Amino acid sequence: MQEIAFLEPDPAIMARRGEIVAGLSGLVSADGLVTDPRELVPFETDAFTAYRRVPLAVVLPATTEEVAAVLKYCAAQGVPVVPRGAGTSLAGGAIPQEDAVVIGVSRMTRVIEVDYENRTATVQAGVTNLSISDRVAADGFFYAPDPSSQLACTIAGNIAMNSGGAHCLKYGVTTNNLLGAKLVLMDGTIIELGGKALDAPGLDLLGLLCGSEGQIGIITEATVRLLAKPEGARPVLFGFDSSEVAGACVSEIIGSGIIPVAIEFMDKPAIEICEAFAKAGYPLDVEALLIIEVEGSEAEMDAMLARIIAIAKKHGVKSVKESQSATQAATIWKGRKSAFGATGRIADYICMDGTVPLGQLSHVLRETYAIIERHGLRVANVFHAGDGNMHPLILYNVNDPDEAQKAEAAGADILKLCVDAGGCLTGEHGVGVEKRDLMLHQFTETDLNQQMAVRAAFDPQWMLNPSKVFPLDLDMRKAS
Amino acid sequence: MAVRETLTPATEAEACAMVAEARAAGRTLAIAGAGSKSAVGRPVTADASITSTGLSGIVEYNPEELVIVARAGTPLSEIDAALAANNQALMFEPADWSRLLGSNAGQTIGGIAATNMSGPRRLIAGAARDSLLGVRFVNGRGEAIKNGGRVMKNVTGLDLVKLMAGSWGTLGLITETAFKVLPRAETETTLVIDGADEAEAARLMAAAMGTSAEVSGAAHLPAAISGAVLGDAFAGHGATLLRLEGFAEAIAERTARLKPQLATRREIVELDGAASRKAWAAIRDVRPFADGGDSPVWRISVPPMAGHTVAGQILDAAGGHAFFDWQGGLVWLRLDGNDARPEIVRGALAGHAGSHALLVRAAADIRTRTEVFHPEPAAVAALTERIRASIDPDSVFNSGRRAFNSGRDAA
Repeated sequence: MQEIAFLEPDPAIMARRGEIVAGLSGLVSADGLVTDPRELVPFETDAFTAYRRVPLAVVLPATTEEVAAVLKYCAAQGVPVVPRGAGTSLAGGAIPQEDAVVIGVSRMTRVIEVDYENRTATVQAGVTNLSISDRVAADGFFYAPDPSSQLACTIAGNIAMNSGGAHCLKYGVTTNNLLGAKLVLMDGTIIELGGKALDAPGLDLLGLLCGSEGQIGIITEATVRLLAKPEGARPVLFGFDSSEVAGACVSEIIGSGIIPVAIEFMDKPAIEICEAFAKAGYPLDVEALLIIEVEGSEAEMDAMLARIIAIAKKHGVKSVKESQSATQAATIWKGRKSAFGATGRIADYICMDGTVPLGQLSHVLRETYAIIERHGLRVANVFHAGDGNMHPLILYNVNDPDEAQKAEAAGADILKLCVDAGGCLTGEHGVGVEKRDLMLHQFTETDLNQQMAVRAAFDPQWMLNPSKVFPLDLDMRKAS
Repeated sequence: MAVRETLTPATEAEACAMVAEARAAGRTLAIAGAGSKSAVGRPVTADASITSTGLSGIVEYNPEELVIVARAGTPLSEIDAALAANNQALMFEPADWSRLLGSNAGQTIGGIAATNMSGPRRLIAGAARDSLLGVRFVNGRGEAIKNGGRVMKNVTGLDLVKLMAGSWGTLGLITETAFKVLPRAETETTLVIDGADEAEAARLMAAAMGTSAEVSGAAHLPAAISGAVLGDAFAGHGATLLRLEGFAEAIAERTARLKPQLATRREIVELDGAASRKAWAAIRDVRPFADGGDSPVWRISVPPMAGHTVAGQILDAAGGHAFFDWQGGLVWLRLDGNDARPEIVRGALAGHAGSHALLVRAAADIRTRTEVFHPEPAAVAALTERIRASIDPDSVFNSGRRAFNSGRDAA
């Protein structure tokens, strides 16, 4: 597999750097412009750290109007723009390029309004995902999408990548929880979409915005749906002797009409890594672990768990462990949500994100192990079994070029496997640069040309996050 | 110019060829499913219509995968039956406007997607667009396009699925849909609070939605409407309905928990199973206004707490009746007389960002001179037109219907 290509930086733009920086300095306050080479380093990549590009400059506007002024200036100057939330993208969605200006939303962190009667929160787009739930928790509400990076990631980034999390089976992903947005187009036009009403008029531009990976505009404000917190929630650990049995158990639970709020899967390597890090009390004598969470009152949870346990027993479950307290529940989730971080402590890894139809889980797991073995690597599997979103973590040594190449090749094989099983390349991390060149495995050129034509309705010059999502040779043909 | 011919492709490839041919000949096409909602919007003036009814049948449905893939012309009744046989359902509770519109036609699954038809559960389970996982469609170039897929989490590429949902045939001919499905609730109960007026009902519904009882429907029927839904026992009383769905064990417990949290002294009547289902079907299908006539009926989407004030303002000025679904966020309004009064209806929405009003029913001559779909701000309208042109560059589809004020009013 070849190294991921980036667009060649435009020397004419690079040569005008001083002039461009001077132009930008008049548009935002001094602390909103980063140009010192050392201070630019933190912006050279995101959580897809294998690739780094130092941008021309970084602008951190404080208002929608400042974003509009900067975009208008960049459009006039022909300077590409890379939008940035918190830089937690695992797919390289926020990796800059040398001739581009990064526009980050990290200084726009105000909660504008919380409206409990309409159950909405209107926020500036740089607020973190978790801070919304934290803000309303004491009043009995929460914001549902909960990506693992929720402590750091911004709402702007969540919208751009249509972030999910562990509780999507019941609550959906970002697109299902977004009611309104303010965004700025590449030409500086400010557009307001939706509001506090459940349906927005006209074409569903909010839906198009979710998962557009920073290519149709920069999001500066959002109105999100708040939900009343359930009476209680209880995660339960189910240990199995094999991954396949665990997978079959998931299928039967769902087929029987029970929809738990979350069903998470871990295989043995993942269990060991997470347990060593979080001391969550995961069983170490099993091959596969399901974390199944139910919600409701004590009586409701008891009733639902009784049904789930009966099914698990039918599948020969080896151990069942219910959390006995809120603290224990939090530890169980901490272990799961720190899976990526904890893996990073023992090895370098790349994290895949394909989704497969629920009936294909066992098949895809089996083939994943076969692919990994073929490439002589190791893998830890941790994923959202309730919605088919797989996260094999392929372990390798980043300083060994041969192994790095093997890891990327294995990753590509696994993603193709997901697509061939009726699924998709990415469930929640996005395409970014990482999966860009695999897009033609899932789509025809005609499919992608149509997507690019719609994208061009927002940004005809292809200036926003230009080298992402679509294969570069298609891009260039489009641009020519 | 009336539509003279109906094209009924039997395969997607045939549909592509028909569209390409129309485009090459400079002919326009009106897109239709079974035609149950053809009376919505301005009368279409295309050279021919193209319908998905020949593209029929369930393509793939494994209940344990919680997804049903079907060709666009598949009757909704066929989908419902297949799902019911496995104790599953479409969570967004698609509405049926055929009685409201005086149509005998059934609905197709493609039509449900294209019009984003949703019902009372939209309040907590989302609209059709939230359950629509993937589509195949034919664009204005006559190309077959696939977008989305059949899995619940999918961020691979630009989400054209959402764009197609609710596009009312202005972008392309949907040929296949993949919808997420979920287990049907084991049982349901509706609490009916007797006697509240609109403002009090808004407070009660907000209180209910702010609890952990997982209320899956919240509607208010004013005194003049309630009898048409709930029968004589309620006629003349305002009725506020709160639905609970789930396991039998859970419902009783949630009911007991919810009642004190409503903090009302009004009488609360419980409708069980069949009675509850019947009431919500009537609300979903706008039965109170399915009167066989064609006096104007508006569908207004507003922030839930604004529903009753917006309706009050319109009714004071124009005269008519209203009832409320989605905790007040969906106002159904029938005006007295024939005039649709768009200036009054839309004037009342000023200050409520994102609110909009769709004229669902009116006599043809009224529809011809009224902005049926809600006018958009200039910047959004310009964007909408650029998007439309990127999918249907030669304006083959649905000229005259003029959805979305897109500046392509060919009529």
